Amino acid sequence: MNSQARNEQPILSTKNVTVYYGEHIGCRNVSFDLWPGEVIGIVGESGSGKTTLLNSISARLEPDEGGVDYQPHTGDRVNLYALSEARRRFLIRTEWGIVHQNPRDGLRMGVSAGANISERLMALGDRHYGTLRDSAEQWMTSVELDTARIDDMPRQFSGGMLQRLQIARNLVTKPRLVFMDEPTGGLDVSVQARLLDLIRQLVSKLDLAAVIVTHDLAVARLLSQRLLVMHQGEVVESGLTDQVLDDPQHPYTQLLVSSVLQV
Amino acid sequence: MVMDSVYLSVEKLDKTFLLHNQNNTRINVFKDVDLKAYRGECLVIHGESGSGKSTLLKTLYGNYLAKDGHIFIQHRGARVDLVRSEPRKIIQIRKETMGYVSQFLRVVPRVPCIDIVAEPLLERGIDQAVALEKAQTLLERLHIPSHLWNLSPVTFSGGEQQRVNLAHGFIADYPILLLDEPTASLDAMNRDVVIDLIHEKKAQGVALIGIFHDAHVRESVADRYVDMHSIGSLTP
Repeated sequence: MNSQARNEQPILSTKNVTVYYGEHIGCRNVSFDLWPGEVIGIVGESGSGKTTLLNSISARLEPDEGGVDYQPHTGDRVNLYALSEARRRFLIRTEWGIVHQNPRDGLRMGVSAGANISERLMALGDRHYGTLRDSAEQWMTSVELDTARIDDMPRQFSGGMLQRLQIARNLVTKPRLVFMDEPTGGLDVSVQARLLDLIRQLVSKLDLAAVIVTHDLAVARLLSQRLLVMHQGEVVESGLTDQVLDDPQHPYTQLLVSSVLQV
Repeated sequence: MVMDSVYLSVEKLDKTFLLHNQNNTRINVFKDVDLKAYRGECLVIHGESGSGKSTLLKTLYGNYLAKDGHIFIQHRGARVDLVRSEPRKIIQIRKETMGYVSQFLRVVPRVPCIDIVAEPLLERGIDQAVALEKAQTLLERLHIPSHLWNLSPVTFSGGEQQRVNLAHGFIADYPILLLDEPTASLDAMNRDVVIDLIHEKKAQGVALIGIFHDAHVRESVADRYVDMHSIGSLTP
C-alpha cells in the first residue's frame, strides 16, 4: 500500500470500546475513527471516562469489550490488543507519543534533560553522542527551552518547562500519533498559552494525528478539529469542534458549554 | 443562468434550537429556505435584527447544525451536501472551497498578526514567502501599520482586530465567501477598502453571500437581495 492509499483510511479505529471497573462503567460503547493529521479532543467533566478511554485506545488498558485497530507506518492494520507485548511496545516507542498530565509520569527524573530527549533515539539504536546531543539541542530549541540547561536535571525545571521537556522527549522520534492527557492542566495561564501555541504549531508542522483529553473547552477549541463529549462513560455528542461548542445538541453538552464563565 | 454557475444551492433548509436546560424551549428560526448563490455575484441577505440572517450564514458554514434540508456546495468538481457530510469533509470544504468572515477575530495568544492573516494560505500548502507577501499587501491595504504586524492582535482595538479578521478572510481564493457584517466597526476609509475587495472577488468569479447593516456598503456591492421573511424566517 502506498502512502496516499494509507492517507485514505483511518490511522486509528476504535470500535465499541467498553471498560468496566467492577460494577462501575469506565467507558461504554465508544466508536470513532481518527484520520492521519487529524486532532480529536475528548471533553467532559472529571470522572466522565475521558482518561479511561484515552488509556484504552493507547494500548495501556485492555477494554473488556470492543477493539482498537491501528494502521502502522508499514504493513497491515493491527488489532492493538492482539499484538505481542514486544511488538506493541515497539510500535508505541517508534510511532506514538504519550504526553501525561503530570510530566513526572512521562519523564525520567533521575537523568538530565538532554538524556530524557535522547532516550528514545538510543532505544532505536542511535549511539552517536554528537548526533544525539545535536538533536537534543534542536528539540530543546523547538520547545523553547534554553539549550544551556541540557545537562540539568528535570527536578530543577518549573512545571511548564517539564511539560515542554516531556513533549520534546515524545516528538524526537517523529511519531505519527500522539495521545495527550490534560497537557496544560495545572499550569499558570500565561504558561498555558505558550504551551498551547507550541502544541498547535508542532501538530500542524509535523502533520501529527492526536487525541487530546481536556476538561477545558477553550483548549479543545484551539487544538482540535473534532470533538467527543463524554458523560457518565459514554460519548453523548461528537462533531466538528466549533459546531459542537457553538450549537451543542445534547442536554449535557448544552449544560457544559453554558457553564463556562465568560472572561 | 446555467447550472454550472451555481456554487451553492440551499434546499428546504430548517433550523431549530432546542434549549434542553431552559424549559426545553424550542426556537424555530427558519423553515424551508431555498436559495442559490451564483458565480461572480454578491447575494445580500436582508431582514431586521433577530430574523435569523446570521444563523442562516452560520448554518451554511456548518458552524450551526441544520435540522433538515440540503446545502449543496460545488466542491472539487462535485455537488456535495454539507448537511450530510462528515466533519472531515466539512473541514476540507472550509479549507478549499468556502470561506467565512465573522464580525470578530478569535485571537490565539502569542500568534503575530501577519501569521494569522497568512494562515489560510499556509494551510493550503502555499509557500510561506508567497503567503506572507500577500498578507502584507492586504494588511497595508487595510491600513494596519507595519509596526503592528509582528504583534499578537490581542491588544489591538476592535476596529484593528476586525481588519485583521478581514485580511484573514479575504486572503485565500475561495470560490464561495460568506460575509457576516464585515464592516460593522470600520471607518469610512476602510469601509471603502472592503467594498473594493468585494468587487475584486466578484471579478474573480467568487460567489458571495453577505449580511451588511451599513446601507452604503450594501448598495455598493449587492447584485441581488433575498429577504429572510420571504424565504422562510419564522420569527414574528
